[in-house]
Amino acid sequence: MTENATQLPDRPRLALWRALKSFGLLRESPVGMIGAGIAAFWILVALIAPFAAPFSPTELILPFAEPLSEAPGGGRFWFGTDNLGRDILSRIMWGARTVLILAPIATFGAFIVGISMGVAAGYWRGWLDEVLSFVSNVILSFPVLVLYIIIIATIGASAVNIVVAVTFASAPGIMRIVRGLVLDLRNRSYVAAAQTRGESSLFIMLVEILPNARGPIIVDAMLRLGYVTITIAVLGFLGLGLPPPSPDWGSMINQARPMMIAFPYMAIFPAAAISSLVLGFNLLADGLREISLKD
Amino acid sequence: MALLLIKRFGYLLLTMLVVSFLVFLLLELSPGSVADKVLGPYSTTEQRQLWLEANGYLEPFFSRYLDWLGRFVTGDFGESTRFKVPVSEILWPRLGNTAILGLTAMAVIVPLSLLLGVLAGMREGSRLDRSISIVSILTTSVPEFASAVFLTVIFVFWLGWLPGTSGMINGFDAKQLILPVLVLVLYDFGYVTRMTRASMAEVMTTPYIRTAILKGLPYQRVITQHALRNALIAPFTVIMLQFNWLLSGVIVVEFTFAYKGFGALLLEASLNDDIFLIEAAAMVAVFVAVVTQTLSDIGYTYLNPRIRFG
Repeated sequence: MTENATQLPDRPRLALWRALKSFGLLRESPVGMIGAGIAAFWILVALIAPFAAPFSPTELILPFAEPLSEAPGGGRFWFGTDNLGRDILSRIMWGARTVLILAPIATFGAFIVGISMGVAAGYWRGWLDEVLSFVSNVILSFPVLVLYIIIIATIGASAVNIVVAVTFASAPGIMRIVRGLVLDLRNRSYVAAAQTRGESSLFIMLVEILPNARGPIIVDAMLRLGYVTITIAVLGFLGLGLPPPSPDWGSMINQARPMMIAFPYMAIFPAAAISSLVLGFNLLADGLREISLKD
Repeated sequence: MALLLIKRFGYLLLTMLVVSFLVFLLLELSPGSVADKVLGPYSTTEQRQLWLEANGYLEPFFSRYLDWLGRFVTGDFGESTRFKVPVSEILWPRLGNTAILGLTAMAVIVPLSLLLGVLAGMREGSRLDRSISIVSILTTSVPEFASAVFLTVIFVFWLGWLPGTSGMINGFDAKQLILPVLVLVLYDFGYVTRMTRASMAEVMTTPYIRTAILKGLPYQRVITQHALRNALIAPFTVIMLQFNWLLSGVIVVEFTFAYKGFGALLLEASLNDDIFLIEAAAMVAVFVAVVTQTLSDIGYTYLNPRIRFG
């Protein structure tokens, strides 16, 4: 009896073990595995870009070199160069870094704000819920790109402002989902038990309710990561993204557009890069949803 | 039903009021930056001060907001600084062009995704179901500007079948509408298909469908006369909400193909700090979105007997 009790892992270790197990479960979903593989590939590319990229992403070498052509100082332009003579492969590798740093930070920011709003609205209800829900509905009634354009037109285009804009535009949607989950969870007996124990509202929200809402939140986070990736690229494409010459897939396509008749590869490679990354996130989200439904 | 209509209409007005306040707050909070944007970076401090005085910008914020709202409701949106004409003169024709583009896209998306969704949801887990699901994930993963690149390379440069821009310089040309519509359809039909599939699959597991099959009705009749009625209620809402999404999608597509629509206008306005044009375009976009949302809510209530009689 006592032996059994000592073998039980304590709470944090149990949580870690569960997290590992749910990633192990991903093996059961081939679709999810493919998605995880694609995402992992791009993360690896982003990590090794400084060492593995054949050229500097901003160095002007030789304009309009076709894909596979040889570079003047040795080496090869596998994907060709753009109109300013910058190596497209290197720009794509560094661009992976841009989007893979910016998108998770922006998504994380949106989730911090959205989860706080949702838990507060769902747990306390009353006037706070009414106000937060109404404000969320108002923000969600904006066509999302219209909202981004107004925000960026007001505060200007920069990495920080993109994070701010994504947080502002996505938090209401997250709030709605979290609020729904919390409205259900707050009536569970373990919440009543914690209330009877005299735990603070904050403790109940963070320790009793939030961990039990994690499944749908994780799936939604993956989907949103895909949307945010698209959003960052779209803003770059529309000329509202990061200022040049930072390597950004969206603005690479935008710059290549006028020359697409003669040099289609300049637009095709970054377009394929962004599409595959978003596909990876979406497949991963689909796999996670499949698994969470099985539970 | 009348009470519901009044309630929804009131909610619509309230939403628009808050939206207008938000737009005004974002764009016109500081009069100095408005003067800067209207008069340009080379104007002198004196000119700005005169302009601010002449246009009532020295009033307190709320009285400026009420003035602005009053003019807005009567259709006076101010003058575009980029085009040097009243905003309403360019906004409405552009909106008409976008309506052509958007409605054509919807006319393809709705039947296509309903058909695919019903086919996929009829037999959950079948090979057809899985193929449709994978295709719809694939197409929704490709952002509009990326699929525009791929389609342009294939149909314009490689096959030479279609024009690469849709400026409609020599009058309306249906051929120039094909690529923009195709891009919108490719990105959006997957989502509606998946929603329809989920709704159809759910209905197919209900007892009344099992009864219908077991009592020996022809399968086709079970689908068309029993399943579809309930399965198409949820997709109706989803489809109405696509108008909101479409207003985002057209911005990218119109910019890409140089189509003279409302989305390209809003983008051009924001890239050139044409503040009154941004305000008007944003308000019109949100208005269309909120109206379709309201119609969707009313329609859902009307279609669903459990709510209608409940």
